[in-house]
Amino acid sequence: MSRAEPVYDARSAPRVSPLWLLGLFRSELLVTFRRWRTLALLGVLAAVPVLVGVAVKVETSDGGSIGSGGGEGPAFISQVTNNGLFLVFTSLAATLPFFLPMAVGVVAGDAVAGEAGAGTLRYLLVAPAGRTRLLLAKLTTVVAFCLAATLTVAVAALLTGALLFPTGEVTLLSGTAVSFGEGLLRAGAIAVLVAAGLLGLAALGLFVSSLTNSGIAAMATTVGLLITVQILNAIPQLDAFHPYLFPHYWLSFADLLRDPVYWDDILKNLGLQALYTAVFGSAAWAAFTSRDVTA
Amino acid sequence: MAERTAVAGDTGAVIATQGLTKRYRGGQLAVDALDLSVPRGSVFGFLGPNGSGKTTTIRMLLGLIQPTGGAAHLLGEPMPGSGRRVLPRVGALIEGPALYGFLSGRANLLRYDAADPTADPRTRAARVDRALERVGLSGAAAKKARAYSLGMKQRLGLAAALLQPRELLVLDEPTNGLDPQGMREIRSLVRELAEDGSTVFLSSHLLDEIEQVCTHTAVMHHGRLVTQGTVAEMSAGARGRLTVTTPDPGEAARVLKEHGVSDLSTAGEELSGDPPPGDPAELNTALVRAGVRVRAFGVRQASLEDVFVSLTGEGFDVAG
Repeated sequence: MSRAEPVYDARSAPRVSPLWLLGLFRSELLVTFRRWRTLALLGVLAAVPVLVGVAVKVETSDGGSIGSGGGEGPAFISQVTNNGLFLVFTSLAATLPFFLPMAVGVVAGDAVAGEAGAGTLRYLLVAPAGRTRLLLAKLTTVVAFCLAATLTVAVAALLTGALLFPTGEVTLLSGTAVSFGEGLLRAGAIAVLVAAGLLGLAALGLFVSSLTNSGIAAMATTVGLLITVQILNAIPQLDAFHPYLFPHYWLSFADLLRDPVYWDDILKNLGLQALYTAVFGSAAWAAFTSRDVTA
Repeated sequence: MAERTAVAGDTGAVIATQGLTKRYRGGQLAVDALDLSVPRGSVFGFLGPNGSGKTTTIRMLLGLIQPTGGAAHLLGEPMPGSGRRVLPRVGALIEGPALYGFLSGRANLLRYDAADPTADPRTRAARVDRALERVGLSGAAAKKARAYSLGMKQRLGLAAALLQPRELLVLDEPTNGLDPQGMREIRSLVRELAEDGSTVFLSSHLLDEIEQVCTHTAVMHHGRLVTQGTVAEMSAGARGRLTVTTPDPGEAARVLKEHGVSDLSTAGEELSGDPPPGDPAELNTALVRAGVRVRAFGVRQASLEDVFVSLTGEGFDVAG
């Protein structure tokens, strides 16, 4: 017969519980967050703000000041001693180039390939979870992990900052002062923005993951791609391509600390992430729904 | 269950394939124009040396692998197209169990149950407990699956296949890694399931196991179906072998040859050969008349193993 098109979830079964997809999603979350590796990644991410906070505290305990923003990133670190809230921005800026995306790359890369390697994928598919729905649950879980990872950094930084440094009115990058409450609100929005910035990489990782039976290979490939793209993004001769690289606008979150907010790069970042997610999400779907599951 | 089967009952095959073919990308032909038919209510033994295409066939039936040719029907519906409707009625153990080592046995089953769209979340816990009980794992349900022995993992895999009442069970090597006691339990479980009205499609490399529990069987070799039929037909098809024990092997061999026994071989005092059609008692009379002292005389019925070896023509674990 020439019915070659992969119609894996054709007509739905009559007795399907309406809450089923929710149950599958819940089960995915549980499996991801109960894994020791996931907890270790989150632990490392939580340790970074504590280390930065303690380092700043020790460095400034004799009344001296710290790093006057020599790098190209936003100069939050010099503000930390004035307001603990700035430790949130400092920590996000510090973990964004590598720690955060690496954690996302590991979880996304392992999402499908890890299950294939362990053989559990075949049992989920004959259950039958349905390939499209399973991938959707995987994507949702990876997105949830992006948010969880970013919030872990933000909350750990907030607690450390509040403990070690004074808090109060927040002086924005543009010089205006806002209340601590509004500062907190902006910090929350920044965390969500940083998480959204990781979506492109998450979709890329899921695509790589749907191609192989080895979780380790998929993780290594995803993290390798991340490093490669970061290097390309740092080569000035290639600046014509830079606006198309997914990490290019990552640090644009700082623009949320201006008054008025400078939206240009933030929107470009969101658009770029949406594009990556659409392209690699579809590629992952195409690869996964047509794939022979032989492990 | 039996009633429901009767209602759903097309009288036809539970598994039916027409010219089912799988050629892997490397060009290797794993399954070649397979016409398989598994009758409803049977316990079907699926045999073949390693690498003969059994697993690829099972994976195609379950929609894990896309066939490159032919068609497969499961419970009367085309696969993989109707997977979402058919697979909830099918329980499967494919190439051994696969578990989440960091989850408890119970949590593993909860996970697999959550993946079934027809499974009611409200009755999930009860379903999981029942399945655990059925395979004798209730006591170890809270233990991490990583700490399970091979036999316990196998039981947990079976429990996952038994979460729902199934019309068809596809069990690939279900007694693998079990001790003799566990094997007996699984065999009686298979019989129980069959009595409840499920069709059981069983692949095993233990031929006496197939002989004990199966009603029907099929043999694959080099990706092709060599034969299929009832176990009784199969054993009957192969002629038994005549064995004679005597202190006078030389004389006995002469007499037997005279009376049409072929392929005669002598090992010490024991002779064996293929008897001619007819009553073997005549041969015994002839031996005694010729003065041959006979200690033992008999025709050994062909076992499934004899049939298997005569069909695939080589050792069991050798892939062609």
